This record gives sequence, structure tokens and C-alpha cells, in this order.
Amino acid sequence: MSGPARIPGGARATIAFTFDGVAMRARPGDTLAAALLANGVGLVARSFKYHRPRGVMTAGVEEPNALVTIGTGGRTEPNTRSTDVFVYDGLVARSQNRWPSLKVDAGAVLGLAAPVFAAGFYYKTFFGPPKRWMRYEHFIRRAAGLGPAPVAADPDPYEHRAAFCDALVVGSGPTGLAAAKAAAAAGDRVLLVEQDADLGGTLLSDGGDVASIEVARAAIAAAGGRILTRTTASGLWDHGFVTLSERVAEPGQPGALAQRLWQVRAKRIVLATGAIERPLTFAGNDRPGVMLARAVRTYIARFGVLPGKRVVIATNNDDAYRTADAVAAAGGEVVAILDSRAELSAVATVAKTRFPVFTNAVPVSTQARATGLTAVEADIWTERFTYAADCLAVSGGFTPVVHLHSQGGGKLDWRADIQAYVPGATLQDIVTVGSAAGEVEAISPDTVALAHPKSSFIDFQNDVTAADVDLAYAEGYRSVEHLKRYTTLGMGTDQGKTSNMAALGRLAGAAGVSIPAAGLTTFRPPYTPLTLGALAGPDGGGHAAPSRRLALGDCHDALAPIWQPLGLWHRPRAYSQGGESLHAAALREARAVRTAAGIIDVSTLAKFIVSGPDAAALLEIVCATRVAKLAVGRGRYTVMLREDGMVMDDGTVWRLGETRYLLTSSTGGADRMEAHLGYARHVVASNLRVSVVAVQEAFAGIALAGPDAAAILERLTGAAAPAHMGVADAMVAGVPVLILAASYSGERAFELYPVGDAAVPVWDALIAAGAMPYGIEALEFLRIEKGHIVGGGEVDGRTTPHDLRLERMLQKGGGFVGASALDRPALAASDRLQLVGLTSPQPIPEGAMLVAAGGAPVEGHVTAGGLRVLGEGGVALALLRGGRARNGDTLLATSPTRGLEARVTVTDPVFYDPEGARYRG
Amino acid sequence: MLSIDCPHCGPRAQSEFAYDRTLDAIVPLAMPPAEAMRALYTRANPRGWSDELWHHRFGCRAWLVVRRHTVTHAIESVIGYAP
Repeated sequence: MSGPARIPGGARATIAFTFDGVAMRARPGDTLAAALLANGVGLVARSFKYHRPRGVMTAGVEEPNALVTIGTGGRTEPNTRSTDVFVYDGLVARSQNRWPSLKVDAGAVLGLAAPVFAAGFYYKTFFGPPKRWMRYEHFIRRAAGLGPAPVAADPDPYEHRAAFCDALVVGSGPTGLAAAKAAAAAGDRVLLVEQDADLGGTLLSDGGDVASIEVARAAIAAAGGRILTRTTASGLWDHGFVTLSERVAEPGQPGALAQRLWQVRAKRIVLATGAIERPLTFAGNDRPGVMLARAVRTYIARFGVLPGKRVVIATNNDDAYRTADAVAAAGGEVVAILDSRAELSAVATVAKTRFPVFTNAVPVSTQARATGLTAVEADIWTERFTYAADCLAVSGGFTPVVHLHSQGGGKLDWRADIQAYVPGATLQDIVTVGSAAGEVEAISPDTVALAHPKSSFIDFQNDVTAADVDLAYAEGYRSVEHLKRYTTLGMGTDQGKTSNMAALGRLAGAAGVSIPAAGLTTFRPPYTPLTLGALAGPDGGGHAAPSRRLALGDCHDALAPIWQPLGLWHRPRAYSQGGESLHAAALREARAVRTAAGIIDVSTLAKFIVSGPDAAALLEIVCATRVAKLAVGRGRYTVMLREDGMVMDDGTVWRLGETRYLLTSSTGGADRMEAHLGYARHVVASNLRVSVVAVQEAFAGIALAGPDAAAILERLTGAAAPAHMGVADAMVAGVPVLILAASYSGERAFELYPVGDAAVPVWDALIAAGAMPYGIEALEFLRIEKGHIVGGGEVDGRTTPHDLRLERMLQKGGGFVGASALDRPALAASDRLQLVGLTSPQPIPEGAMLVAAGGAPVEGHVTAGGLRVLGEGGVALALLRGGRARNGDTLLATSPTRGLEARVTVTDPVFYDPEGARYRG
Repeated sequence: MLSIDCPHCGPRAQSEFAYDRTLDAIVPLAMPPAEAMRALYTRANPRGWSDELWHHRFGCRAWLVVRRHTVTHAIESVIGYAP
């Protein structure tokens, strides 16, 4: 037995590649599978569970066996089908799931232990004594599996693109080409996609009207269409939306672009996706040398490789007879054609004049040596025969590729003559043509009794045998979806493309029902595996999310702060100096604010201009506090509720003119607040005469705070500082600024809003005047000490105004969003989580649980922990059950996972200047 | 991904829009509390045609009523919201 070999003649093998370190040569246009076969490599991989030797079974994307790892370093792509890689110079391929080598594999002993690893092995082990799983786990994790994912980063770029077309044609076989040509002739913009490197589909292996390829190409080009090869329609979604994955470079191949993911919206879709040949089920049907009949003639006709010198063909249909012709024409010997049908068909009758054709004949088992297949045992009528052979070509009929049709919501119809599902009704503008629509050879539906179900494989990739299916059924798994999950049948990179129908047949047989009655698992995208790189596209690394840069970004960069991501923004967390820790820097900055003056970039606050005759009315719908009585030039704190009465956000509202207001709210809630204002304006109160403009990015903002703040401002503006909650217009460093006298820190403070990109001179002038820049960590210290709530901390979506001690601010008459929800009795319960302050001689761990003592029930949690900025000891804000009535209680704040705890005393949530003397100035 | 035919912008991808709620979950300010809570929490969740409020968030920002089939995802009509 010499194994597969190149047929004399044809192109020279000029391409150098390696497989498991061995240098080999390939012809241009070879798939890796073709090149391996041409180099006499029959054994390509070890199977997933039992480490059984496996070879190439197919010539397409459905390959379950011959998975390899391609490439090196960051370009490594594991679990790649060798039938779906076109060889290039320098390709490096490695076999998987074997140790120490492919030929001598220690894991193959698992095959001997196969009975232990039968269907449901994992579940049974889980339900067994825990120690059993602990013992197995380490061993199994190493033994079973596919190729490991690469560790290094992928150096090559990926791209996303959008496209639109009148007609999307998937598949370029004869019917796909005809459909594309017809659409182009009708003036449609056509997009023709083909997963192979070449157009033609079965024309490439079976011949036919090969000239139609160029005719279609010209017609599509003339009508302004596009053809994409090496492109798989991987998902079909609603309303004609299709995702395509294009291999610009082959797996592992360096290139200017690795892959492109297309998002296509098509007015009309033609699916010419073909059909996948099914294997037959018998003992040892997984051995290298057992191949699909159509694959055998593809290797002969397209790649010039004869997969075996002595070929046995086993079939239940007429299509495989073409393989006999191809083998004979290529110089191989057709040892026998085993036809399971009882009667000779017309095609078989003709073939019988040239080949030994047997009816009522089925393969029973195979024999093999390390070099490959040696013999096929067959039952013919009632006698058993053994044929010496190095290749067994099998055909169990054809399964139309209905994946995309089904993904798009289309129904499937059962066809008994081909024992397969075909596309049925669809609500989308999708038509399926050719063999994908069921135009395939009819087969004999007779099932064959298996002599050795335990070595008769149904799902090759997942090592699921006929006996596993039987066992699952016997153990009560009746639904095909349950069978799938119990046995792992139809999972993995091939998603059961070659195995699903055989599994359904076996399950239906066991249940004594028809295959349609047994059900069908759901087809989900992607049709073939997508790489994560293609999905991420250009949005990786630093581009994983858009980055929003502050107008004052350069000023911060110059101070090299510790940054804090906040949504898509990055804000300075602290300006550490001379190797200071974050904590030390923040404390220094906070002390500067309490004793002199500090400035902080508050540009990211959400800002809305609300104007028009009914501006106040709209604000009183969105805000739970009174707005209408606000005087021009004054502002106030406000709070916004969700419709369920929970606090959504807080902020300030300023009356800039008679009918013109500025509303600010939190950075993190900016997008939500914009949508909420839109909802209020256009849905809840669409009769109001008011406009809302989001101006978050129109103004930078700098908050100046501290006992020296007013003096600094007056020096820079040459005018008196506005009173607390007052508004002023002024010039700072030649820049016009809007000044809002609001304080978050608890000190006398002003928010300065220069216009857009003119913010830098204002920042520089404030620093020159003696203000120290501080970050949001210092701001945390300051606001905790003042008991100011924050979104995501105390405002956690479960707290009402009453829980947060804000109920006295609410409009008395209601009429605002969330008002009616506040009357629900449960919200008045005395044991709700309510805002409290905590004090302790030591730091209070943020996020800690509040308990009476270790082991006691949890009564609340610490939402924010800080220190007294100028004094000693820890302070914190917390949500505590019935907290408003618990001043003086002592509790334990404990975080066992971090090993932190502190004894705390419950207080009012204001630790600094409770009279507010300091911020009024 | 749905294709939503915005009356202002023409057919656009779903990713430009934000789903807000079904029309029966809109709570007018004057709605009595008990009814308001029913509208918020006890909704129909139909298997079939559903009238929904969508926001063309990354487009013209119009608030739209989309009549959509919850099983087939077919869209029968897209019109501007009017109370």
C-alpha cells in the first residue's frame, strides 16, 4: 500500500510548506489537504476524545477530521480545516491533540478506555462523588480537545465594511452562476460570494459548462456588480442582512490585511449553497483512507491527486458511480462498488459493464496499519467478503446546505427520497436554487443493522458513535436538542455538517419514528468558524472603544496624572508628584482645596440648554424639584427620578435668561439623561413650546474651589465673585466664561465654563493664580465628607428621594416623572436601605457589608469610604436598613473577601461644615 | 439586524435606533398611580404585532412608532410619534 499520490502530469509543485516540521511541496492552487495527500500523508490528526488516527475525509468546509494549527506566533490559527486552506510559500502546519507525536500518541490509550467515556460521561462524573471529578479533571482537560489558542497578539490588521446590493448570490456553482448572470442581465447590482478561492463549485471537480464562469463574471462586471472569492456568507439575519467573512490572506499568512468582515443589506438573496455528501455508518468508518466519494474525485480532477491505488466505493445512490469513472481514468483500480440498493439502477447497469458492481452490498468494517487503510470487509447479500484496498470512497447521499435559509427564519420541508431537509417557506425575499434546494441524487432510505455500533462513528469530530446515540436514547434523551447536549453531537467547528442527518436517522430508528418526528437542531450563525480577529475588526487594542478626549487633555498630559476611565472619557484621578501614591496625592490635593484653592476639570458633566416659553414647565416634569420660581441669574440643586420613582441622577439647574435654562447632570448618566429629556419633550409633554439642546461637548468646564477661590476669581476677572448659586459672565485671560457658583466640595466654589477650545488659557491662568489641580479621587474625599450622593454609589437605581434624605426638595403637587410611583406603600417601609453616615477611628472599607457582629445578618453596605481631609479617622456613606432612625448605632463594616473590617458608628451623612457656612463664603 | 424605514431618513440599520418601549407602557403624567404601575410592570408582551416606540438616536432623533411582528420581525409601518 503506497497511499495517495500525485497523478503524473500537471503543474510543478513549486510551493514550499511544512507539516509537523517536515518540508513538503505543493502545487499552486492546492488546498493543504490536497498537498498533504499528494505528499503521501494519510494520517493528519488525532480525534478529539479517543485520539483515534484521522485523515482527510472531505474536500470542503465540512471537514470534521483533518483539523490543523496553521501559522506561528500571533498568526497562529488553531483548528483550521486543512481542506479550507490554500497553500502558500512558507505555510507552517502542525497536527493537534497528540503527544509526543502524531504517529506515536500516548493519548490513544483513551481509545481502549472508550467505554468509560461514553455519552454523558461529564454529567455522570459530575453527579458522582466529588472526588472522582477532581481526579479526572486534570487528566481530561489535557487529553481531550482541539488546538490551543495563540498567546501572542495578532500582528495583522482586520477590517469591517458595509455593502448594499440588489441581488446577493451565495455560491458560484452552476446554478449560482446562472442566477448571478440572470440578475446582472436584468440590471441588478449583483454581489456574488464564493467561499472557495475559485468560482465554479462542482464545475471544478465534475466539469460541465466551464465557460459559464467567465460569461457570468463578465455579465456581473458589466452591470456594476462585485464578486468576492474566499468569502463565506456566515450569517443571514432579518430584513436581508447578511454577514460575510472574507479571507484576504490565508490563515497564518502575513499580509497587509488578514480578513474583512462585510455587513451586507441585500434586496434579494439567492442561495446556491450546494449540498454536503454524507458518510456511511459502519465499524472503523473514521479511519484515514475512508473518504467521501465526491471528495475522492475532487482530489483527482481538481488537484491531480489520486487518494488511493485500490479503491472500494460504497454508496446508496448513483452519484458515486462518477467517482468510479474518475478513479479509473486517473489510473486507479476500482476494486468493488458496494451498492446498498437491492436493484441495479440505470447508472449502475452501465457501470457494471466496467466495474465489479454489487447490489445489497454494504461495508461492515475496515482494517488498517499505521500507513493507512489495508482492507474493507463487506456484506454482499448474505456473505462476507474482504477486499484489499487503500481507499474507501463512501456516499450516503446529500444534505442540502439550508443553513442560511434557516437562519433567516425560513421553514424546512422533509424530503423522503433524499432523506434530507430542503428549504420551505420564507418571509424574506430569499430563493434557494440547485442542489441546496434538493436537486440531488435520490438515495435508498434503507437503514443497515450495525454489527459494531461502538466503533461506528456518527460524529467524527466529537467522537460520537452509534452506540452513544443509542445509550443517550436509552437513558431518556428523546429530544434531538437534548441528545445534542448530552453527547456533544453536532457541536464543534463543523457543527455536524456531515453527521446531523445520520444522528437524526439513528435517533429516529431507536424511537421507532420518522426523522421529521425526531426534530432538528437549530442552525445558528456562523456557517463556518469565524476568527475573533474578524469579529473585532479594527476595534481592538486602544481602539476597542472610542476614546473621548478632554479639551484640557494637553494640560493634564503635561502633569502626567493617574488616569481614570469613566465611560468613554478618561479623567485625571490624581496628579501624583515625585512618586506619591494615589492615596497620598489625593489627600494632598483635597487638603489644598480645604485650606487654599484647587481646580478640577469638570468638562464631562452633562449639560443641556433648555429654552422656550415652556422651558420651566418641561424642567418641572423632568426634575423632581421646583424650578419655576428660580430667579434669573440663580441656580439650584435638583434631582431627576425614573418612572418607578427611583432616583435616576442629580445635577443643577440654572436660569440664564427669562426663558433659557442650563441643566447639568452627571458624566456617567449623560446619554441616559439626553434620551430621558427627549422622551419627556417628545412623548410625555409634546405640547410644550420648548427646545432641548445637548451641549456637553460645547463647553469645557473647570471648578475652582477653596477658601481662596473667591479672591482668585476676583483677581482674574476684576469683578466681584457671584454669591453661592449665582451666575455671572466674565473674562478670564481674555476668554469669555460663564461662571456658576456651585459647590460640590463643600468649599466656596465656582464652575467656569469657557467656550470650547479656548479653555487652556483659563486653566493656565488659574494655576498661575495659585490653584492646585486636583483629580476625581480627591473629589471623592471631599464629597463623601460633605455627604453628597453620586450616581453608581448611593444612586444605585434602588433608592428613592426619601431613602437619600431628599424628600423635602420634591415638588409638593407632584406632576413630575416618577411622582405617582412614590406613593407605593412598600416605598414607605421603615426597613428600606437608607442613606447614613459612618464614622470610625480607622479607614472604612468601601463595599463592605454592615453587620451587628461577625456572622450576623447583613443590614446594609458601605457605598463610599474616605477619610476626614483635615481631621483624623475614617468617614463613609452607606445604605443601611432603616438607617434614618439609627444614629448612634455601632456596627461592623466587614469585607471578608479582602480581609478588611472596621467598627463604625452611624451618624448623619454630613461630616464637615453641616451648617454650610464655608461654601456660602 | 432590522432595517427600519425612518420617515425622515429612509431605511436605516437598527443600530442607529434605540428601542424605548411598547406604546401601552407610556405613562402620561396625569395617569392614576395604580394604572401607571400597571402600564410599567404588567404589560401585554404580545406574540404577534406590537406597536413600539423607537428613537432614531443616531439619526434624525425623531421618536417613531414602529409596528413590528415579534415572531417574524416583519415591520408593517414606521411613523412619527403623535400623542
